Amino acid sequence: MLNVESLVLTVTDPDTGQSTEILHGNSFALGAGESLGLVGESGSGKSMTLKCILGIEPSGARVAGSITLDGTDLLSAGGEELRRIRANDLALIAQNPHGSLNPVLPVGRFLVEGMSDARSLPAAEARTRAADLLRQVGITDTERVLRSYPHQLSGGMLQRVVIAGAMSGEPKLLLADEPTTALDVTTQAEVVAILDEKRRQHGLSMIYVTHDLDLAAAICDRLAVMKDGEILEIGTPEEIRDRPKTDYTRALMSARPQLYPEGRSAPALDDEAHASTEDRA
Amino acid sequence: MTTQKPAREPGTGTRAQNTIAVQLLRKHRNDVPVSGWRLLSRRLGPVGVGSLVVIALVVLMAILAPVIAPYDPYAGGVTARHEAWSLAHLMGTDQSGRDILSRIIWGARTSLIGPAIVAVVTAVLATLLALTAVWFGGRVDALISRVLDILFAFPNMLLAILAVAIFGPSMLTASLALAIGFVPYSARVIRSVALRERNLPYVASARLQGISGFLITVRHILPNVRTQILTGMTINFGYAMIELAALSFLGLGVQPPTPDWGLMVSNGQASLQQGYWEQSIFAGLAIVITVAAFGYVGEQLGGRRAAGRIR
Repeated sequence: MLNVESLVLTVTDPDTGQSTEILHGNSFALGAGESLGLVGESGSGKSMTLKCILGIEPSGARVAGSITLDGTDLLSAGGEELRRIRANDLALIAQNPHGSLNPVLPVGRFLVEGMSDARSLPAAEARTRAADLLRQVGITDTERVLRSYPHQLSGGMLQRVVIAGAMSGEPKLLLADEPTTALDVTTQAEVVAILDEKRRQHGLSMIYVTHDLDLAAAICDRLAVMKDGEILEIGTPEEIRDRPKTDYTRALMSARPQLYPEGRSAPALDDEAHASTEDRA
Repeated sequence: MTTQKPAREPGTGTRAQNTIAVQLLRKHRNDVPVSGWRLLSRRLGPVGVGSLVVIALVVLMAILAPVIAPYDPYAGGVTARHEAWSLAHLMGTDQSGRDILSRIIWGARTSLIGPAIVAVVTAVLATLLALTAVWFGGRVDALISRVLDILFAFPNMLLAILAVAIFGPSMLTASLALAIGFVPYSARVIRSVALRERNLPYVASARLQGISGFLITVRHILPNVRTQILTGMTINFGYAMIELAALSFLGLGVQPPTPDWGLMVSNGQASLQQGYWEQSIFAGLAIVITVAAFGYVGEQLGGRRAAGRIR
């Protein structure tokens, strides 16, 4: 479905005119309904890869290679075509939910306009559907939330609203850029659970960018380990965990904080990893 | 979350509950907009509310001129020239024997309409230009900004006098010319605020939802710059009133015998030298009070926001 081939991103400093290659010819493919975890340390090019797919690479950047979504070339798409692809096929869940919403408008407007402005659903219908979507992400007092302003809601609540917004267009591909980093730990678990459940329910493909190897292993079918703008290896969580191909991956594995030492990982991870294996079986 | 919590005022709970958390809540409650009027009065402060009352009175005076003016502002007579202030003529009469108070009341109309035209036309043009520049960015932004820079180079008065020279003296000509002169100041402020807003992540997130640039500008960026627009209008109103009065004083704006404060200051000038101070001083006072009121309200709206105390 999504095909990324030898993606190269070059950024030119506007002052010095010096060019830096940020992504060095990465390739990966993603099937329908599949989820891929992009893991790696800060600055490894995870988010930049997402930005290239969305067409929001920084100004002065040059993208080479090819990115196709169901045969449509995303790199050459522009203007109205790109707008339609973004509205119908792609959805982004960003790191900080407070940033994703206009501070002076009620959050209901965010959900409604995604449907009525971007995908021309009648406004009244969009409003009913907005409440519906909120119930789906576990928000019960939908009327109050729809009328609230972003500063009146917690981060976890807002991220649910953003997830609801992402689901509203029934996109083909969900791009999650560290969606839980800005949340506290208990909320993180809830938000990830909701995101994972919704994704499976609707059979969406997802690229999940995170630092958290365990988290990615729990919710992704395959992991891609990135370092310095390069994908070192791609494999199932089990392959990565049990038979890492590169020293870097091995180092990354051993760098995980261990709640339970002696080489055992936390029981919660085992359970979840187990569950996700069962889902696939 | 699902059940309705009983509404309880902070501070009425048990002592354990009345802790820092409650005080924080109370502080937070104050931040939530209560009603338009309470928010406005908090922004303006007592002097600001007083200024607002003055503005309301002046506007009311203009609207009710036919009812409250004791005399016809055009009627006079040589026998009644330069009468001192008395119970019959509270502010005396002018060089043509017309009641000064009545002319000040009627003059509020012409003196307010001009600045209102300037404020509205300036706000519309400046907002259009600023938002266009910010949304398209790059060359469009550069072009609009440079044109505004060029416009900056012309003193407003000069533009107005030029317009009057071409189209003939009238209040409308002078107001429109002045509005064009005011545009760069307002546009620059609105552009800078809109630019900051445009670079916030929520705009990118709206774009990624597939919302068109036009809708993002109108629905997201515009509401975020409305305070600046309103503040600009209030401050421009005051400046416009002074400059239009000056134009009328020079004989390039409102034409006699129409009652107008600027014109009255000018007319009273000759009488002033003969010791009849009433006309110039009262008309001048009317201008000063109105301009000060508008200026203060504008400063409070803009200044408080800039200080970050109220968002």
